[in-house]
Amino acid sequence: MSGRFESLPGGGAAIALDEVEISILRSLAMQLAELIGPGDQPAGGDDPLAALFADGPSKPPEDPALARLFPDAYSPPDRELGAREEKEAREASAEFRRFTENDLRARKRDDALAVVRDLDALDPGSAGGAPAVLELAPDRSRSWLGALNDLRLAIGTRLEVTDEEDGGELLGLPDSDPRKPMVMAYFWLGGLQETLIETLMPE
Amino acid sequence: MGRVSVAPVEIERPESREAPSSVPEPDVPWVTVVHNDPVNLMSYVTYVFQSYFGYSKDKANRLMLDVHHKGRAIVSSGTREEMERDVQAMHGYGLWATLQQER
Repeated sequence: MSGRFESLPGGGAAIALDEVEISILRSLAMQLAELIGPGDQPAGGDDPLAALFADGPSKPPEDPALARLFPDAYSPPDRELGAREEKEAREASAEFRRFTENDLRARKRDDALAVVRDLDALDPGSAGGAPAVLELAPDRSRSWLGALNDLRLAIGTRLEVTDEEDGGELLGLPDSDPRKPMVMAYFWLGGLQETLIETLMPE
Repeated sequence: MGRVSVAPVEIERPESREAPSSVPEPDVPWVTVVHNDPVNLMSYVTYVFQSYFGYSKDKANRLMLDVHHKGRAIVSSGTREEMERDVQAMHGYGLWATLQQER
C-alpha cells in the first residue's frame, strides 16, 4: 500500500490502485455510507416529499463516530458553561441540528457513494494484474477528499486517537492486535488524503 | 385613570427583567471558532480555510497553527446567521466548529 495521488496536467488527480487497495477502499466507503445512513430518526416514512420537509434530529447521535461527524454547533468542547448558558447552548444546538443535520448527512453519504461508484468503474486485472489508474476531475477530487476525511474521522474515533502523539503508539501495535488492520488503513488513508490535498491546494 | 395606567407597567416589567439574561445584545458580533482535534491533517485544515473563506495561504496557515497550538481559533465573525452558515460549512468539511457571541 504505497499509493499516492498525483496532479493531472489539465487539473484533477490520478492514482494507481491494485485490486486489494480497491477492495479495502470500497469496503470502507460502503461502511461509511451505511454508518451515516439516513439518520436515527425516521423523517417522514416512505413519502419522499414529506421527508424533504421533515425536521432533522434534535439530539446528537449516540455513536461517538457520528457525534464527531455531526457535532453540537453551540457547545464548545473546551469551555465550561454556566447552567443557564449550557441550557441555552443545548437548545440552540438542537435547533441548528434540526435544520442542518439531514442535509449534512445526505452530502457526506453522497461523497462516500461517489467513491464506491468510481472504484466500481475501475477494471483492475484487465492488464494482467497491473494496478488500475483512477482519474478524478477537480469536482470529484473534492468529493473524495471529503469522504477520505470523514473516513479518517470515523476510524480515528473508533481507534480512540486522542492526540497527535497517538500516531506513534498505534503504529507500534503488534501484528496480533485486533486493531492493527484498522490502524494500517487509518495511516494509509492519511497518505491518500495528504497527497490528494496537494493536488487541490490553491496557490 | 390612575388604575388604567398600572397595566402597561405590569406588561413591561417581565420584559425588562428578562432582557439582560436571555436577549443577546444585537451589536455584539458572533464568531465561528474551530477547535483542535487529533485526526484532521494540518494541511487539510489550511486547505479548508483557503478554499472556503478565500484566505491567503499565510493567513490560513496562521489560523491552522493557532488551532493546533492553542486548541482553538476564531476564523470568522459576523451576524448569527452568517456564523451558522460558516459552522455548517465547517461541519461539512469535517472540522469541529462552534459559534458564540464574542463577550
